This record gives sequence, structure tokens and C-alpha cells, in this order.
Amino acid sequence: MCAKPIKEDPKDKVGTTGHSWDGIEELNNPLPRWWVWLFYLCIAYALGYSVMYPAWPLIHGATPGLLHASTRLDVEKDIKAFDKMNAPIKAKLVAADLTAIEGDASLKAYALDAGKSIFATNCAPCHGAGAAGVQGKGYPNLLDNDWLYGGAIDAIHTTITHGVRNTVDPDARNVGIYMPAWSDKASGALADVATAKLTDEQVGQVVNYVLQISGQKADETKATAGAQIFTDNCAACHNPDGKGNRDMGSPNLTDAIWLYGGDEATLTQTVLNGRGGVMPSWGYAQTGSKPRLSEDQIRAVAVYVHSLGGGE
Amino acid sequence: MAFLDKHKIIEKNATLLLVLSFLVVTIGGLVQIVPLFYLQNTIETVQGMRPYTPLELAGRDIFIREGCYVCHSQMIRPMRDEVERYGHYSLAAESEYDHPFQWGSKRTGPDLARVGGKYSNSWHVDHLSNPQVIVPESVMPKYAFLATTPIDPQYIADEMKTHRMVGVPYSDDEIKNAKADFAVQANPDGDSTGLIARYGNKVTVANFDGQPELTEMDALVAYLQMLGTLVDFSTFTPDASR
Repeated sequence: MCAKPIKEDPKDKVGTTGHSWDGIEELNNPLPRWWVWLFYLCIAYALGYSVMYPAWPLIHGATPGLLHASTRLDVEKDIKAFDKMNAPIKAKLVAADLTAIEGDASLKAYALDAGKSIFATNCAPCHGAGAAGVQGKGYPNLLDNDWLYGGAIDAIHTTITHGVRNTVDPDARNVGIYMPAWSDKASGALADVATAKLTDEQVGQVVNYVLQISGQKADETKATAGAQIFTDNCAACHNPDGKGNRDMGSPNLTDAIWLYGGDEATLTQTVLNGRGGVMPSWGYAQTGSKPRLSEDQIRAVAVYVHSLGGGE
Repeated sequence: MAFLDKHKIIEKNATLLLVLSFLVVTIGGLVQIVPLFYLQNTIETVQGMRPYTPLELAGRDIFIREGCYVCHSQMIRPMRDEVERYGHYSLAAESEYDHPFQWGSKRTGPDLARVGGKYSNSWHVDHLSNPQVIVPESVMPKYAFLATTPIDPQYIADEMKTHRMVGVPYSDDEIKNAKADFAVQANPDGDSTGLIARYGNKVTVANFDGQPELTEMDALVAYLQMLGTLVDFSTFTPDASR
């Protein structure tokens, strides 16, 4: 029952389609004109598209389409176009003397821009987006003045090109040179390079000596005993004064900057088990492949790292 | 309108409507799917692809179990920005032995299709254990438990047989030595000549997690370090017709 009686029967206005099931009839309300034309237009567009773009499968391949569209060709063309645009400045960057790059305003501007994005893609995962490294994990901070292998532009360039202790590049820095595992209980490669086996007591003494020379609170008697152990075993790499040696990448132990941590527990772990951080080689090409970074990219990112604040 | 009147027969006969609808859908499906099996440019062959080693296969299972694919794709699209960032665009053949493939549909984290060899094993262990220690801005969950969860290759041979049923060419020899290969890939002091002979010299043998026990961390890092490294691109010429 309707609340309001129907005054006008729409059937009288538009008629019915003639369909009638059990007395229920269908009013003849056609689709709006604009909708129908849009529908036909879509069909026409689809047909045109299948002619212009790869579409119909045949025996050996699909029809290539009149436009010969290919995403693979597009990306190749795209990369080539940018390479061509950058070619002159890249050539200039590679030809320039490393120390002269920062003096040339246009080269420096390009190197900083390119270096920043190269750093974000390749270096940031370990050294951090802001290049501050990861404290206590052995990923060095690149913002400070403390450099394991030197902070001059050519030293940075060499480190990036060959990496550190990686297994692929024969010119990598410190191949076969590690902080040994000094513990008399240690075994394996890191223990084999140790020139002596230290007891836990001796390790405690030398750790206290390191605490002392780095200006931290240390046990006096242990530190005094540790001084001789240091001279006998550690001084060869870390220098008699503990200030490290860049030729061996051995860190300065007298400052407050630590790769793995300068507290007693971490120092003990370091002496007992040894350390040996790894950095990939970015300029070495393995057989059958290209180097990860080209020379111009390495130079750009070296300039970028040099500019970060700690550059020498 | 005699033709449209005939349509009435189909509309009023439900069974006939069903049969004819099925026919139409079948033809549509055949036209779309069948060419993919024979067209040359959809099945391009490349050098270097090999089935995954038992340890990598187990790592792949962990990758799937932990839902890594929800945030990480394994599909570098042919666009300049992606190729410059991640490396050569992915090829269909690189998913040849993936059941199911791990293309993913969303990137909250970076694409992993060519992550193999980009970082050291210890970086992966540090990062999986606590991503925020290495990358403070990361939103990735912590997977430290992988390093304390031992992994047992009890069913690895069965799994390889299952993969063989769906077309991965594991040989009888590979299935027979599955457990040995599984253990030796994570043991650089062991004799891995058999493993290398079966899977090729691109197999990375290392103590991936840095601890003596075989853990799920070993398997996952072994899998990650293999990703994208198999195809020999020096012998690959892209087919431009795609």
C-alpha cells in the first residue's frame, strides 16, 4: 500500500519495453545519450589502441603496433640522453686533478649534487643518511676529524675506489690486516694473526691502560702492568703513543672517538675477539661485470664526503 | 529486430545462458593466456639462472613466512630512475624458479631484486636484528629472533621434490645431497666442492650469521646475498620488441 496514491502513471509517459514477467513490466527509460556515446567512444579508442601499441598475438610474436612502443628502448634512450648531457662535465671531472676539483666552482657544484645522491643510494645504508656512521657498530662517522685512512681528498678517493678488507679487490685497504683476537681461548683467522696469546688477566690490564691513555677512569695498578703489554703487542699498529697509524688503518686510541665503543666492557670484547670492518670496493670490476661506480661517480662522492666537515 | 528477438531465447533459458557465457569467457581467457606460453619474447632465455640452493630455498621460505614481500618488491621496472638506483631492470627469467614469484606490489622499503652482494653479511645480520641501529629513520620491524632460531633441514629434500613437480629442474643428485649442501653452504671450513659442482661457482659459502649454529638468519642472509646476482648480463642482449 502506498502512502500517497499515484497520480500519474509513468507508463503512460514513456511506455514499456514490452517485457512482462508475472505482470511486472519494465519501463522504457533508455540510457542517457552522453553515456551511450562515451561507451562507443571507448570501444573505438580500444580498437585504435590495439593498432598503435603491441596487442594482437600472432604465431611468432605479437603485433608491434604502429608506434613501435617499447619500454626497454625507452629506458635505454632516456639514460643515454642524460649521459650525453652530463658527458662534458663528467669528462672534465675525471680529467681534473683531484685536489683541483674543489677550486673549480662549476665542477664542485656538479660533484656535490651528484655525490649527494650517490651517497644516499650506496653509502647511507652503513654510514647513515647524514654520514654520522653507526656508533658502536664499527661503521665510521664521516663528519668528524678522525680518519682511519686519511681525510684528504685523494685518500678518500682511494678508500672508496678499493674499499677495505673486501674479498674481491686485490688493492683493497688492509687486506689480511685485522685487529687480532688476543684471547688465549680464541681460534680462527682473527686469532692466527695475533703475535701473542693473552690471558684474561692480561687483557684486563691492557684494557685499563687504554682507558688511561684515552683519559677515562682506570685502575692504576692494572694500567701500569698493561703499559708493557701494550708496548709489546699493540704498539706495532697503534703506535707507541696509541695515536694509531693511518697506513694500517689502526684507530687513534687516545681520543674520545670510538668505532665499537670505548667503555671497559666493549674494549675487553675488542681485545678478546678482534675486529675487522669491511667496506665494499666501488671501483673494482669483477670479470663479466662493471664496477659498482664509475670513476666520475667515485670522484663526485669523494668530493661530497670531503666537504662534509672532516675533510683535510 | 529479428536478431534481438532471438536473444530472448537465451535470456529465458538459464542453462543455455550459462553454457554460452562459459564459452565466451573461455575464448577470452585462451586469447589472453595461451600466447604467453609460445611467444618468443615472453620466454626469453638468459645465461646463469639456476635453481636455488637448499639453504637459499629455506631462506626464501623465511622471506615469505615473515611477509617481507609486503614492504619489499623484487621487481625493478624499466624506468631510468629505477635502473639508476637499483641496477638492470628485472627480467621474467629471473623469476623462473620462484613458486610463487616475489614481485610484490608495494615498496615501503627499497626493492630487493638486486640486493645480493650490495652489503656485507654482518651488515645484514646487524640490520635484520635491529634495523634502527643502522638506519635510524627505518620503520622496518626487528627480526633478531632469526639469529636465535635454529633451522633444521629435515624437510628440505621433500620441498625440493615439490618444486621439481612444478618445473624447477632439481636433479636426483641435488635432492639426495640436499641436507649436506644445506649445512655446508653456511660453513666456510667445510668441503663445499660438491655444492659448487652442483650449483655453480657463483654460490656464496660463508658463515652468514657469524655464529657456529645454523640459524634462520643464515638461511635468510644466504637468500638475500644471492638475489639478482645469477644472470650473466655480459651475454644478455635485450629483446627490443617489448
